[in-house]
Amino acid sequence: MLLKIAFRNILRNGRRSLMTLLAIAVGGISMVLFGEFVGFVRASLETNAVQNVGHLTIYRKGFFDYGAGNPAAFGIPDYARVIELVADDPAIAPALRVITPTVSLTGIVGNFEIDTSKTFLGTGYVPADRETMRRWDEHGVASRRVLQDSGLRSGDESRGVLGVGLARVLGLCGPLHMPDCPPRPDLSAAVASNAGAVPDVPIDTDGTTAPPSGAPRVDLLAATVSGAPNVMSLYVTRAEPQGARELDENFVVMNFTLAQKLLYGRGDPKATGLVMQLHRTEDVPPVRARLGSLFADHHLDLEVRDFAEREPFFKQAVGMFGAIFLFISLIMGVIVLFTVVNTMGTSVVERTSEIGTARAMGLQRGGVRRMFVVEGAVLGALGATVGVAIGQLVAIAFNSTGSTWTPPGQAAPVPLEVLTSHVGGLLAAIWLALVITATVAAVLPANRAARLKVVDALRHV
Amino acid sequence: MTPNLEGPVVSFDGVGKIYDDDGLSVTALRDVTFDIPRKRFAMIVGPSGSGKTTLLNLIGCIDRPTSGRLRVRGQDIGAMSDQELTDFRSKHIAFVFQNFNLLPVLTAYENVEYPLLLLGVPAAERQQRTMQMLAAVGLADKRGHRPNQLSGGQKQRVAIARALVKGPAVVLADEPTANLDSHTGAEIIGLMRQVQEEHQASFVFSTHDSQLMSHADDTFVIRDGALADRRSDGAPAAPAAARSRPEEAA
Repeated sequence: MLLKIAFRNILRNGRRSLMTLLAIAVGGISMVLFGEFVGFVRASLETNAVQNVGHLTIYRKGFFDYGAGNPAAFGIPDYARVIELVADDPAIAPALRVITPTVSLTGIVGNFEIDTSKTFLGTGYVPADRETMRRWDEHGVASRRVLQDSGLRSGDESRGVLGVGLARVLGLCGPLHMPDCPPRPDLSAAVASNAGAVPDVPIDTDGTTAPPSGAPRVDLLAATVSGAPNVMSLYVTRAEPQGARELDENFVVMNFTLAQKLLYGRGDPKATGLVMQLHRTEDVPPVRARLGSLFADHHLDLEVRDFAEREPFFKQAVGMFGAIFLFISLIMGVIVLFTVVNTMGTSVVERTSEIGTARAMGLQRGGVRRMFVVEGAVLGALGATVGVAIGQLVAIAFNSTGSTWTPPGQAAPVPLEVLTSHVGGLLAAIWLALVITATVAAVLPANRAARLKVVDALRHV
Repeated sequence: MTPNLEGPVVSFDGVGKIYDDDGLSVTALRDVTFDIPRKRFAMIVGPSGSGKTTLLNLIGCIDRPTSGRLRVRGQDIGAMSDQELTDFRSKHIAFVFQNFNLLPVLTAYENVEYPLLLLGVPAAERQQRTMQMLAAVGLADKRGHRPNQLSGGQKQRVAIARALVKGPAVVLADEPTANLDSHTGAEIIGLMRQVQEEHQASFVFSTHDSQLMSHADDTFVIRDGALADRRSDGAPAAPAAARSRPEEAA
C-alpha cells in the first residue's frame, strides 16, 4: 500500500514530478558520462603505462632509488636464470603474458655531422617482446588506435627510436620527414670557431650492421661499468612524440643487445630490469607477493616495482580525474537533494489535510514519515533508472562519433571515448547514490509532515 | 487501564482547554462536565466559536485538555502518550468530516480498507469487511472509483463506510451535511441512523443543521466554551449518562 500510495502521489502532480525526475535523470546522465569518461581515461593511461613498462619490473635492490647514477653497477647478473625461475613458477605462469629483460642507461647522443649532441635517457628492449607488450589491451581501449611501427628490428640491433624533441635537437627533422619542425638556425660559424677545442671521440662501429638505407645515424656515448666511455651507432627508424617536453628531448629506445653492449662493453652482459606484463592488472598484487616470497626463498637480492610507481603520472592523473568526478557528483547530488527537498516540501504543504486525516484515523508519526521517504525513494529510483539508461545510451552513441583528443601525458591525439563495457559497478553505484540522495532529501520534509499536529493539519485548507 | 464498556462512551470532568494563539491565551472550553451515553445519536450544538469543534477534537483524541479529566471509553486520554493516543484512535475512534477528507489517490474501496490496514487486519478479512461496508452504504459498484469520480453524497457515504468499517466505539462527525444539498443531507442522515442502529455505534455530531438536530437522541448546547444546556429525547440512555459529573471509571 505504501508503494502504491507513493506511485499514485507521484503521478498525481505529473508536471512537478516530471521536472523532479528530469533533474535526477540529468544528474544521472552527467555522472554516467563523466564517470565512464574517467573510466576510459584511467583505462587508457593504464594501457599506455602497461604497454610501455609492463605491470611489474624486477630490479636489483636499490636500482629504483639509486640506479640512475650508475645503472651498470645495478645490473642483474644471470638474469636469464631469474626469468626462467619466474616464468616457470606455477603460481605466476598462468597470469604472465611477457617477461623480458631491459637495460636502462643514460649518456650522450650526438649527430656529429652537424656537431650537435644532447644527453639522453635510453632503454633497450627485446624487439619481439616489446612488440607483444605494445599489443596489450585488457580494457579494449586501444582497438581504435593505429599501432605504429615499434622502430626496433629483431635482426638489426642498430635500429632505434628517438623522441621527437630529441630528433629535432639533433637536426633530424628533414631526414625523418617530421612535420611542424621550426627551421634550424645556421650555427656553422660558431662551431668553426670552437673546432679543435674538444677532441673528437673515436666511433666504435663494431657489431653494427650495414647502415639501413635512408635512416639517419646518431652516435650514443655511455660510460661502461668500469667508467670507460663507449660509443655505438644508432640508425633512427622514426621519432616518437612523448608527453612531457623533458622526456621528449631525452627519449631513446634501442635494441636490448645494443644497450647491453653500450653499457657493459665487452664485459658480462646484464639486464638492469626484468619487465613483466600480465594478462590482467588485477593479478598484480598476488603476483607481486609471490615474487617477494620467490626471491626470498632463492636468496635473490631483487625488488619489484609496479607501473604506478614507475610512472607516477598515472596515479596523479587518475587521482585528478577521480577528484573532478567526485566534485561533479557532489554538485549533481546537491542539485538532486534540493530539487527533491523542494518537491517533497511542496507535496507536504499540499497534502497537509490528508496527513491530518490519516493521522486522525490512526497513522503513527512514523507512518507519515515512511510515506514521504518512500515517495522520495521512488522518485529517486525512477529518475536514477532513466538517467543511468539514457546516460549509457548517450555514451554508446558518443563512442560511435569517432572523436579524438590529446590526453595529459601524451603528445598525439587518441580516440576520445567513454568506457561503456564492464561498467556495471559504476552504473549501480551512481543509481544507488541518486536513490540514497533522493531518499535522504525526503527525510527533512517527511519529518516536518510527521511533526504536524493533527488538529492543525485538519484545519489546513 | 481496562476499558470501561458499561459507562458513558465519553466523560468530561471539569475539562478546560486554553489555546496559545501567538502568545495570547484563548480559552476555548471552561470547566465542562458531562457524559455522552453509548450507542446514541448525540449532537453538540452551539453558535460559531462556542467550542463545539474543540470538544469534538478532544473526544477524537486529536487534542488534549489543558485542565480537568476526559475519559473516552473509560480511558483517561490526558495521561496517554502521542503513540498511545494514535493507537487508541486507530482502534476506537472514527471521523466523518464536513469536507469528506477521502484520500484522493485511493479508490473508494481502498479508502474504506485503509483503517483496517492501519489495524493490521489480515487481507481476506479486510476484503470481506470492506466490501460489506461498501454494500451497506450502497456503493459496492463504485468501489474502483476515485473520490474525484464521486458525487458529494457518494463521497460522504464512502466516508461513513470508512468510519464504521473498523467497528469504532465512537464516530465523530463534524458538520457532516454542511457540504451537501438538503436532499442528499437527508439521505446521509438516514444512512447514518441506519448504520448506527445496525452497528450499535455511538455517534457524536457537531452541527448547525436543524434537519440533523431533529434526529438527536441527546443534545448538548455549548455556549462560550461551557455547557449551557442538555436535552434528551427520552430514549433509553446508559445509566451513567444521567450523572451531572461522572464517577471515576474502573
